[in-house]
Amino acid sequence: MAIQNTSNAVLPDARDVHGAPNAPAHWRSARWRTNAIAFQTIIIKEVQRFSRIWVQTILPPVITMSLYFVIFGNLIGSRIGPMEGFSYMEYIAPGLIMMAVITNAYSNVVSSFFGAKFQRHVEELLVAPIPNALILLGFVAGGMIRGLIVGALVTVVALFFTHLNIHHWLVMLSVVLLTAMLFSLAGFVNAVFAKTFDDISIVPTFVLTPLTYLGGVFYSISLLPDLWQNVSLLNPILYMVNAFRYGILGTSDINLTVAFLLIIGFIVGLFGFSLYLLNKGIGIRH
Amino acid sequence: MWARTVQQIVINQAGYYGIPRRQAQQRSEQVLRRLGLWDKRRSIARELSGGMKRRLLIARALVHEPRLLILDEPTAGVDIEIRRSMWRFLREINDQGTTIILTTHYLEEAESLCRNIAIINHGEIVEDTDMKTLLGKLHLETFVLNLHQPVSDLPSLPGYPLRQTDETTLEVDIDKTQSLNALFQNLSTHGIDVLSMRNKTNRLEELFVRLVENNDTTRTA
Repeated sequence: MAIQNTSNAVLPDARDVHGAPNAPAHWRSARWRTNAIAFQTIIIKEVQRFSRIWVQTILPPVITMSLYFVIFGNLIGSRIGPMEGFSYMEYIAPGLIMMAVITNAYSNVVSSFFGAKFQRHVEELLVAPIPNALILLGFVAGGMIRGLIVGALVTVVALFFTHLNIHHWLVMLSVVLLTAMLFSLAGFVNAVFAKTFDDISIVPTFVLTPLTYLGGVFYSISLLPDLWQNVSLLNPILYMVNAFRYGILGTSDINLTVAFLLIIGFIVGLFGFSLYLLNKGIGIRH
Repeated sequence: MWARTVQQIVINQAGYYGIPRRQAQQRSEQVLRRLGLWDKRRSIARELSGGMKRRLLIARALVHEPRLLILDEPTAGVDIEIRRSMWRFLREINDQGTTIILTTHYLEEAESLCRNIAIINHGEIVEDTDMKTLLGKLHLETFVLNLHQPVSDLPSLPGYPLRQTDETTLEVDIDKTQSLNALFQNLSTHGIDVLSMRNKTNRLEELFVRLVENNDTTRTA
């Protein structure tokens, strides 16, 4: 099925261009433009989705994190004393921000893509001439945006309780972006395999939440006995929380290079796997 | 809670085909107006009636102005008024250059809209030709005649097998080589005035039944 661009010139099917390296340059540029608009549309749709239901998507994590700050930071934290040379409130702030980013990036994509499958409007996307990689990136971008918005709001809440002097902007921003991307991809994989609404809450409840709580959000692993320190090193979230904490506070239990390599490795693996699932139509086509 | 409005759905669909948002907005208005859904543009799609949902599907299919439109029973379950307006709409877009492939169980719809027709029986194409040629294959048609006055004694007309269904209604089978004029002259001779006449069933339907029956007989033989 052909499509038309703004000037009503008939464009070829996506496969005509992608499959033909010698396609005229204006076709390629038109195809690029078409893809850019399609990608933008998916992002707009995703942002509209979580904005429309902000009471379910944006507000709860902000309230939950505020309670963490009040209870752990203010009430209990004052009795715990400093950790790694920082007040307890300062120490847990980066972890709580990261926790909000991880949870929201994940749950946005898992809910949205499963919803699209469940209500069958994923078919709108599958029949359109959009490359699968762009569909995937569109959903991932939606998850990242929600994760970052909630992360930013939790940061604002944190600033009511403590002050945060950013130690390394680049590290902080790159870690939060990459982590949001990683968990958006993980959410996508979960959504692909999910068959019921229960399936989209099992991983967040039984895997993501325990790993996040045990991922150095509330404590430094140097407080743990050697055995549990080594066990903690198997938890990928520990690397992300600590790399982010380094970006803000300049302190980390983990080597930064290892943390970045691990995050990028996970992203590459999950992206490849997600694209494979989408190309094969696993969990989508019946 | 996640639901998008009718217009958002159509705009997004246009976006997936590379139509910029502002233009998609205009086109969505055009197609929604033409399909009688403009008043429902802010409604949630799942709250629409069956017929409206079907029209929304067509709006989504049309918003990127495709050259080929494939419609699977577009008028199934919609009321007569909407069906007729959809027929008008399909004729319009066809006149504007969109090729339409339509599957339907309503043979009246196929006869009224289509130039070419394929009949599928048990997944097998038993006929694939233009409408005129196909209807030309119908040798025998049954007509229903409404009479001016009741007939008590039905005359016997050679070559025209008459059946009486009630006092003022007759049925007659006519071969395509036979003239209707001769039939009316014969009836007038016997003092029978015909007020009106219609086909007993849709011509295409009659042909369809015969083709499918023939095909089934061949399959079982």
